[in-house]
Amino acid sequence: MSVVFYLLAGVTVLGGLTAVLLKNTVHCALALTVAFAGLALLFLELDAQFAGFAQILVYIGAVAILVVFAILLTRGSETPKDGVFSRTWMAGLVVAAAVFAGLGWAVIQSAQFLPHETGAPPVVTVEQIGNALMGRYVLPLEIVALLLTAALVGAVIVAMHEKGDIK
Amino acid sequence: MAALLFAIGLAGALTRRNAILVLIGIELMLNAANLNLIAFWRYSPHPELLTGMMFAVFSIAVAAAEAAVGLGLVIQLHRHAHTTDVDQMNRMKG
Amino acid sequence: MVTMLDQIFVLLKHWLVSFLPLGLQTPVSVLISVVAIIGTFPALFALTTVLERKGLGRIQNRIGPNRTGPFGILQPIADGIKSLTKEDIVPLSADAVVHFMAPLVLVVAVFMGFAVLPMGRNMELVDMDAGLLFFFAIGASTELSVFMAGWSSRNKYSLLGAMRAVAQMISYEVPLLMSSVAVVMITGSLSLVKIVAAQNQYTWGLPHWYIFTPWGCAGFVMFAVAATAETNRSPFDLPEGESELVAGYFTEYSGFKFALFFLGEYLGMFSISGLGATLFLGGWSAPLQALQFVPSWIWFFSKVMLSIVVLIWIRGTLPRLRQDQLMNFAWKFVLPMTLLNLVDVGLWRFLGEGWIRWVVCSVLMLGAYVLMARAGMRQEHFGPRRYRYADS
Repeated sequence: MSVVFYLLAGVTVLGGLTAVLLKNTVHCALALTVAFAGLALLFLELDAQFAGFAQILVYIGAVAILVVFAILLTRGSETPKDGVFSRTWMAGLVVAAAVFAGLGWAVIQSAQFLPHETGAPPVVTVEQIGNALMGRYVLPLEIVALLLTAALVGAVIVAMHEKGDIK
Repeated sequence: MAALLFAIGLAGALTRRNAILVLIGIELMLNAANLNLIAFWRYSPHPELLTGMMFAVFSIAVAAAEAAVGLGLVIQLHRHAHTTDVDQMNRMKG
Repeated sequence: MVTMLDQIFVLLKHWLVSFLPLGLQTPVSVLISVVAIIGTFPALFALTTVLERKGLGRIQNRIGPNRTGPFGILQPIADGIKSLTKEDIVPLSADAVVHFMAPLVLVVAVFMGFAVLPMGRNMELVDMDAGLLFFFAIGASTELSVFMAGWSSRNKYSLLGAMRAVAQMISYEVPLLMSSVAVVMITGSLSLVKIVAAQNQYTWGLPHWYIFTPWGCAGFVMFAVAATAETNRSPFDLPEGESELVAGYFTEYSGFKFALFFLGEYLGMFSISGLGATLFLGGWSAPLQALQFVPSWIWFFSKVMLSIVVLIWIRGTLPRLRQDQLMNFAWKFVLPMTLLNLVDVGLWRFLGEGWIRWVVCSVLMLGAYVLMARAGMRQEHFGPRRYRYADS
């Protein structure tokens, strides 16, 4: 595992931690962006160029902005009077720790089965991706297109002012 | 490392008050899963099948759609209840 | 001799790098290219500020700056000294970290965009397979920095300007992407180097630039419109409207950070013009086959400067669009036209060589444009003004 991986992993985990721990909601969103960027760089390091650029384009360029807009529209930048952690935070932490323990155990158990470096990294050209999308994965592609259309229409309808409900 | 991110996201989703932070936690979890997919694809015996990368790309697209709808819901909830506090949204009606 | 002049920068770089041991050669070569980019484009930026102020001045029937040196050439130096020595005021209630990071993120993102532009034959920094995707991904990150700037200033006007700017940039990103997809469909590759190479062929002495095809012409117009909106230039510059919102989202920035924002905006203009030149105007290829002896990088930079001059011209000429007019325009006019453009490209490809595809594709685009423009204009009510008051 190289230095680059540790550096990027550190940045990403730090971003994730600050994203869930900070008081100011907008700072959390920006920390989330840092985590996304770290993940995109990790994808690039794993030779998944298309996924890395798609991650930057979609997550940082759209989802992060969406989250920030939502924070602004719901006035989440004011700190609530009851503190930022919900009443049931202890239970949540316990559950998360249990999940992490379970996953960690599974990972360590299976480490013996992994071959270490399997030959040359795959050189994935965009042409191959295009061929795969139109050939083997055309059904998921169409379904995702339908899903995105439904989500678009649904989001607009959900967020619209109801008739006569102008506050 | 993906497990760590997933756990952090889960912790965040379960412990914060603000509904948007719950969504942030969910996004982190999805991203962690994506990382797992790509990492396992890279070291798999047949990387030329592009399965992992395709799965991750579709997952990114679906996550974006889900974030959009989720945030729309949060905005609408805020309009209704004038707060984004998940502890106070404990009634189905009204 | 001709090829040597053409490749002079590449040869220079190879000569410099050959002094070093083999292990160091790649990193230093990349470093030299990066330094070259960091040196060239800010120099062009300095030139453009003078050009813009003089040009706008002449369009508006006044002389621009003329005190610092002949024809105001040394004005950027004066501006630079001013920005560097101004006091850096950070508002008390502003978010210091975010306030500091916003111009940095902008400038870094914009500089990264230059990495994939082929500025001459063999003169791109990185020949990525998915170069165009990389460029657009980086462009999406600039919106985030705009928002960071507006929010961290704790100023209602900044925030308003930032939200408008982000909404505008997101709305116009889709037509930008779609008009580039048309080019990608014909070339069959996302790599910018291959796109330029595909345009570097000549028939009867005229080049195969995509702008000379019906779909390319329409695509170029839409790309230009979306590009002016992406970089927040007039007539889409409501976010930075000087007469409306003070300076919009960078109201609270002074001194060097303001200069960084300015730099970032103009460099964004350069990189989008560079992309437009690469996708539609043939990158570094010469306009006529006879003119190929002129070095390729001269052609690239002259196309970029031509686009900049046209942008400045448009800024001085057209009035500003209102926010809702702007968004309407994007979603209801430009986006359907780009989708139609995609259909057009498909038809172009499958109708085969010959004159018929010119006719069919041109008629499709022109017909759609005329129809949609008529439909859009029908809803304009020209008559005495109706006033709406806040309590009615």
